[in-house]
Amino acid sequence: MGRYVIRRLLQMIPVFIGATLLIFLMVNVMGDPVAGLCGDRQCDPATAQRLRTDLGLDKPVWQQYLTYMGNVFTGDFGTAFNGQKVTELMGSAFPVTIRLTIVAIVLEIVIGITLGVVTGLRRGRPVDTGVLILTLVVISVPTFVTGLLVQLLLGVKWGWIKPAVSSEATFGELFVPGLVLASVSLAYVTRLTRTSIAENRRADYVRTAIAKGLPRRRVITRHLLRNSLIPVVTFIGTDIGALMGGAIVTERIFNIHGVGFQLYQGILRQNTQTVVGFVTVLVLVFLVANLIVDLLYAVLDPRIRYA
Amino acid sequence: MPDKTADMEKKTEEKAVMPSSTEVPLTLDAGPAPGKPRSLWSDAWHDLRRSPLFVVSALMILFLIVMAIWPGLFTGASPRDSDLKNHFLQHPNWTHFFQADWFGYDLQGRSIYARVVHGARASIAVGVVVTLAVTIIGTIVGMVAGYFGGWVDSLLSRLTDVFFGVPFIVGAMVILTTFEERAVWVVILALAFLGWTQIARVARGAVITIKQSDYVVAARALGASTSRIMFKHILPNAMAPIIVVATIALGGYIGAEATLSYLGIGLAEPTVSWGIDVASGKDQLRNAPFVLMIPSVMVAITVLSFLMFGDAVRNALDPKMR
Repeated sequence: MGRYVIRRLLQMIPVFIGATLLIFLMVNVMGDPVAGLCGDRQCDPATAQRLRTDLGLDKPVWQQYLTYMGNVFTGDFGTAFNGQKVTELMGSAFPVTIRLTIVAIVLEIVIGITLGVVTGLRRGRPVDTGVLILTLVVISVPTFVTGLLVQLLLGVKWGWIKPAVSSEATFGELFVPGLVLASVSLAYVTRLTRTSIAENRRADYVRTAIAKGLPRRRVITRHLLRNSLIPVVTFIGTDIGALMGGAIVTERIFNIHGVGFQLYQGILRQNTQTVVGFVTVLVLVFLVANLIVDLLYAVLDPRIRYA
Repeated sequence: MPDKTADMEKKTEEKAVMPSSTEVPLTLDAGPAPGKPRSLWSDAWHDLRRSPLFVVSALMILFLIVMAIWPGLFTGASPRDSDLKNHFLQHPNWTHFFQADWFGYDLQGRSIYARVVHGARASIAVGVVVTLAVTIIGTIVGMVAGYFGGWVDSLLSRLTDVFFGVPFIVGAMVILTTFEERAVWVVILALAFLGWTQIARVARGAVITIKQSDYVVAARALGASTSRIMFKHILPNAMAPIIVVATIALGGYIGAEATLSYLGIGLAEPTVSWGIDVASGKDQLRNAPFVLMIPSVMVAITVLSFLMFGDAVRNALDPKMR
């Protein structure tokens, strides 16, 4: 187990370096980091030149990357071009997005898996067909449409929720935005659980459990569900990173000042330090989530051993 | 046995004659040498023809493709003519089928119906071209990684992880901001650059399984070259899961184009696309929701068609689901 974790951590290093280098190159080489510094006007050449020297942009790219990474490991993510430390921006943005993601993941697990089990056990019945069609519709409608509609109906027309989330962004306020953010993944979780449950329903161990006279509830939760969860857990694990990065649309609709908001501002204003910094953290979150998922496999299926 | 083979050949021929429009598996069937028994695909086709899900989604896709190629068949109105005096945010006339005012007019007095019809081209072009590109890149990367294994596999798998680790919409936004021009090809480039990883993983998995099968071992024992084994034996057999994932992803790319346009960073005027109309409609959401809703419904219908199509093909190809 310990050796497996160490090996996986070592494997994460090249992926981490690669992904950060990729985003670094995309931002710094393809774009012009100085272009965003003078507002909407063009910088005059002399100022641009001085800014380049000040920011170390006249050095070769690999040197810039190494300097940047060196700083990151000492906890210095640089300064956004409005003078704020990127770490300060992160300090205000990440707690909000983490709360939003927690809401989304919990809803995915609770609603998605419940619906999946219910439909998987009743394949071909009206409940199953109904939920299946509903998931297809939810997946097809882009998140921004769902979000705008929910905001218009619940927030503006019926007044059930506030159309915009306040700066505190409490769990209660984030419930509806979290549901919007989770909607597509929730539909996928339902479908995955359904397929998995339907496949395993006729497995020998389920028949044995029933034959032993175990209560139906215990057969379903302990035997059937536990064995059916591996694909679902894999999906949810990779989804954590996707949700945090994908919150860009949801955060924009509900005016939530989280990671998505900062990234959106950063990208539009070509604020390179912000973009690279936030994406670096997102890549780390993604990698760690994947590692945790792999370790969870052994919890779900004791036959899986890590050497 | 010979009889069975002959029968299957007949089936293959039948298939070739069948009017094929959008059925992805069919076009692929034409690829490998004719005369070989192709039981998986003939079985699948046999099932598909009887699946309402498949027939409905295939007809819908056909309809959308016709709309993308010949928008003039559906409307005579121009998507760029604006008449602010008479048509400022005019509400839809739901009974005026196929007329310019069917879906009403937008903020600039342009016929929403005409824009929806003409917008199909950009959205579907993005979806189809990105899917083709990611399928080609992903299949090559996945096949090379799966076939050669060892350090080649490690290298390519880590490379896939690297691209997979970059958040998709964020990465696409970063790429798009670096281009002055927001044409269709730029959006295609941005989505394809980051999108190939899923197919690569699926292809790698399929190739690793197939590599160990008897017919590949036999082909190698007979002295077949690497390229022959890869293209004649492994590729046709690895195609099934790749096609399923690609079809479902196609809908996703159309949604991604709309999302990027909604964020104000995808396609831009004067291109006509559903995403642009959604983006321009969001500001009138409270007084004229139809401006946003109609192109959104088109995006949803298109994504839904490809999802259903992919589902139907998956059910037909997956013996476990029988």
